[in-house]
Amino acid sequence: MFRKILIANRGEIACRVIQTARQMGIRCVAVYSDADANARHVALADDAFHIGPAASSESYLCVDRIIEVARQSGAEAIHPGYGFLSENTGFAEASEAAGIVFIGPPSAAIAAMGSKSAAKAIMEKAGVPLVPGYHGDDQSPGTLRTEAEKCGFPLLLKAVAGGGGKGMRVVKSIDEFDDALAAAKREAQNAFGNPDMLIERYLTQPRHVEIQVFCDRQGQGIYLAERDCSVQRRHQKVLEEAPAPGLPEDTRKAMGEAAVRAAQAIDYVGAGTVEFLYDVDGSFFFMEMNTRLQVEHPVTEMITGQDLVAWQLKIANGEPLPLTQSQVQIYGHALEVRVYAEDPDHDFLPATGRLRYLRTPEETPQVRIDTGVREGDDISVHYDPMIAKLVVWAEDRPQAINRLVTALEQYRIAGVRNNLSFLHALADSKPFRDAELTTGFIEDHHQLLFGDQTQNSEESLVLAATFVMAHRQAQATLSKDPTDPDPWSPFAKPGHWRLNAVSAETLKLALNGTVHELQVTTQPRGYRVTTAGRSHWVEADLLDDRLDIVIDGHRRQLFGQIHGQDITLFDRGKTLRSTIHRETFTSDDLATEGSLEAPMNGAVIAVQTRKGDRVTAGQTLVIMEAMKMEHAIKAPADGIVSEVFYAEGDQVAEGAELIAIDVTDDVTETET
Amino acid sequence: MTVLQSKINPRDPEFQAKHTAMAAAVADLNDKVATIQQGGGPSYQERHIERGKMLPRDRIDYLLDDGSPFLEIGQLAAYNVYGEDVPAAGTIAGIGRVNGAECMIIANDATVKGGSYYPLTVKKHLRAQEIALENRLPCIYLVDSGGANLPRQDEVFPDKEHFGRIFYNQARMSADDIPQIAVVMGLCTAGGAYVPAMADESIIVRNQGTIFLAGPPLVKAATGEVVSAEDLGGADVHCKTSGVADHYAENDAHALDIARRCIGNLNRRKPMPVEVREPKEPLYSAEEIYGIVGTDLRKPFDVRDVIARMVDGSEFDEFKRYYGQTLVTGFAHIHGYPVGIIANNGILFSESALKGAHFVELCCQRNIPLLFLQNITGFMVGQRHEAEGIAKHGAKMVMAVACANVPKITVLIGGSFGAGNYGMCGRAYSPDFLWMWPNARISVMGGEQAAGVMATVKREGMERKGESWSDGEEAEFKQPIIDKYEEQGHPYYASARLWDDGVIDPAQTRQVVALSLSATFNRPARPTRFGVFRM
Repeated sequence: MFRKILIANRGEIACRVIQTARQMGIRCVAVYSDADANARHVALADDAFHIGPAASSESYLCVDRIIEVARQSGAEAIHPGYGFLSENTGFAEASEAAGIVFIGPPSAAIAAMGSKSAAKAIMEKAGVPLVPGYHGDDQSPGTLRTEAEKCGFPLLLKAVAGGGGKGMRVVKSIDEFDDALAAAKREAQNAFGNPDMLIERYLTQPRHVEIQVFCDRQGQGIYLAERDCSVQRRHQKVLEEAPAPGLPEDTRKAMGEAAVRAAQAIDYVGAGTVEFLYDVDGSFFFMEMNTRLQVEHPVTEMITGQDLVAWQLKIANGEPLPLTQSQVQIYGHALEVRVYAEDPDHDFLPATGRLRYLRTPEETPQVRIDTGVREGDDISVHYDPMIAKLVVWAEDRPQAINRLVTALEQYRIAGVRNNLSFLHALADSKPFRDAELTTGFIEDHHQLLFGDQTQNSEESLVLAATFVMAHRQAQATLSKDPTDPDPWSPFAKPGHWRLNAVSAETLKLALNGTVHELQVTTQPRGYRVTTAGRSHWVEADLLDDRLDIVIDGHRRQLFGQIHGQDITLFDRGKTLRSTIHRETFTSDDLATEGSLEAPMNGAVIAVQTRKGDRVTAGQTLVIMEAMKMEHAIKAPADGIVSEVFYAEGDQVAEGAELIAIDVTDDVTETET
Repeated sequence: MTVLQSKINPRDPEFQAKHTAMAAAVADLNDKVATIQQGGGPSYQERHIERGKMLPRDRIDYLLDDGSPFLEIGQLAAYNVYGEDVPAAGTIAGIGRVNGAECMIIANDATVKGGSYYPLTVKKHLRAQEIALENRLPCIYLVDSGGANLPRQDEVFPDKEHFGRIFYNQARMSADDIPQIAVVMGLCTAGGAYVPAMADESIIVRNQGTIFLAGPPLVKAATGEVVSAEDLGGADVHCKTSGVADHYAENDAHALDIARRCIGNLNRRKPMPVEVREPKEPLYSAEEIYGIVGTDLRKPFDVRDVIARMVDGSEFDEFKRYYGQTLVTGFAHIHGYPVGIIANNGILFSESALKGAHFVELCCQRNIPLLFLQNITGFMVGQRHEAEGIAKHGAKMVMAVACANVPKITVLIGGSFGAGNYGMCGRAYSPDFLWMWPNARISVMGGEQAAGVMATVKREGMERKGESWSDGEEAEFKQPIIDKYEEQGHPYYASARLWDDGVIDPAQTRQVVALSLSATFNRPARPTRFGVFRM
């Protein structure tokens, strides 16, 4: 076995590989960019090397630099993880050329699967079922149109070099075809530099079912059951499970054998995934083969009890497959959700920020968390916004779902927008529990999964207000700054105490973009919270981040985090975000209107506008020099220059008017 | 420390009767205060809000740190004094935390007679400044006032402790490095113009705050010049041209934000001249004080039962427990602050006075604040007591109290009559704060006694002239005197005239005393030098 390997990746997968390598007594070398100097994978590794700036094109994608580091560190093999260079033939070749084992398939196998249309041709030959369509080289619009008619509608136009949903179009009829083709080609050209398209039948209720395959250098290949990855948003997986619900045993076998055939058709070695579309009628079609370890490999590990990274290392080391096909057993059911920094309410737009508060469910043999970040780490714009993978296992699917739902309720993140609430709603939804899986699941159940955000806003406000009050109370009694001369001052005691009066304090909370006013009265045993004319009696006990709360006689437990004005509450899988509203006044220069006069005697050194110009407030119009300093004279408001009184080089006296402006509230109106 | 064992029986009918009476007195106080807090009433308040202005109490809430307590002083000022309602004398004053610093806030209430200064408004403003000066509290003036009340100018303008003293105080405090911040949120006319002008930093709200020596009507009358208030003394004039104001604010909230920033930039630190410890709640409920004390001054109670409901952990280390037992002295903590408590538990005898003087000396030596719980009908009288020199022993206690420079807080928890008031740090002895319970009474002597003395004098005169005076006639003579003493000795009467800093709910005494003490710790320790004790 190798003594030392290099992991040419970052984030959770780098940490994942390190974990197994460690158990096998292998030393690990990490690489990192500027942005990852303090990342978890760097901290876990035995050695770590800086490879460049944050941009992955200048760090994690730099073949030469990484090979150089591998050599320098004495690594005998390179694990590429997923993404980055994992399916880069050049990288695989370069490692082999440097005498370092590439933990993955031979470069020829990567190349064979790199082009989707070429891959399909190979598959067709190997007897792997394909979706009806066209994968030819003739890309003339006429041919494509004819092939489209042959294939039948609806069909899917896909970029040959594509991925991630780019350059992809669903075409429902021949009438739409020409426009869709042109648009898809443009997009493909922009995204991949290659406008070539392939055509496929579009299945209306398809499921995404993929087979995990493994091949060794001895030519043996087996499959480790399947994964159902139908639940996707933006054509990207968000929840995966194994085994696929309701998949008949003979279909599993047929699919598995087809997958192994597919792998062997390209002389595959190592871990690979063959993706199929599985239709309601039980038919399945080859989609593509991923020549690497998948993000969702843990669900396979959970149901087979195997460590796929260990398998990868053994096979790369030339050892035969650890199991034969008949030895592969499936136990129970596993689910994985991908916790992303993204905003589900805004089309899953990626989010960035600092994970200033991060609490995870307790890890057990049944609950696993693969992550590359810790509390306090940043989710930056440079890399994939995945925060973690949460994986659960149970005897059967219903129990696994229960376990997942509970674990999601214990998963709490503040500081970065994330999809935890969404995942919770998804996992807990009836159609998901009923396994009504298709790749359109999220779109089909939009109303159910996103719900009405204005619902229960009153309760959310009461919870947030109570949390703020309890937090203040806790802060006041917490261990104190040792330099504070008066740490327990009664003036520091919150509660808005007033002489001879029970006084309510007004708390303004912004929730979903609306500012709400609440009246809160602090009493010895609790709070009276009034909002929208309704009053609630609340008792609360905050211990660290745990809030035990009784609202109008209903006791429950929440968690919360407060940072400056931002409140994040975690209520059984729902994340409630609100802010303490305080009017802000940024413009302290309210009084600047008007002055276009020379501030002192001096020379005009530049006039940057002409008569009739439309100018905007703050735009520099004239630069003067006086006392060896430059002074910019700026437009006090939007308007049109009606006169310029001086030219460059002129001497002006203090107080002289330099420029006249017709200030307008609405410039367009002046023009008409 | 010794934990006080307080044995009361809440089911005892007398306890319950006392409780009911005191609860009613507190309820009455809260009702009065609730009305006073309405300022000039709903219609004036609505008009004020329509102009985009915040109500003065809302301004204070906004200015203070979130949730900060506000120790209001002179809440009942001018109550039933002028024959017209001038709630809180048209000015709200008190101490609260602003950006971490304890500050004195003085806010005009423009909904009350345009925020104009009645004689008691001036007195209240000066009292607030006195507290700030003594305790080195930064002052924030929220100005919204038309200036002096012209019909009462003779009681407002000319004397030493009148309007001009406000600016004198500002100047002296500024000189003494006690920050003076003015926020001009409305009118600031004539003499009032000096509040921002004399301030260290001033803030003005545009299209709302104005500062001028003479307003537009007076200018027109004097010179014929016609000018708007904004052009005459608005924010633009004073921030851009005159330099009378330093900060330009968009509205009330903005102005108050700037004021908070000004306080944040002061570079001050609370001196804290005492050692503090973590506060502990008393072991007994404060509300039981109602049933212990009641409202009938003739019903005695053990003051230790009151102390047990005010001090941390009900812990009280008594000093000279068995000597001069009508005065209880000892050390305790209130909200973590050390205090020496001097509490009446009966009439003052020579021994009690000597014990009191001794204890004051101890506290001054150790820089421990003094808390006086005053419930005193006076010093013991009679031949034996005069002969043993009760006058000189009483004088020793008065001397000690007068000279003590440690923080002094006085709470009138019962009667405050005669020379007992002096020995127990009445208003004339400049306690830093003086609070009164609703059951308390203050006068030179009790109404009954005063009527009795006057009736005796009259009877002797009539008898010398050979006239007779029936018991019925005597009773008729005495009643108005008793009534007058009752009226003038009432806490509302006293508080309305600012003889104290406020009437308080007995159950809130611990909180009020703690806040008062905290405020005093903004000044460094001051050594005490006593005068000649008559031996």
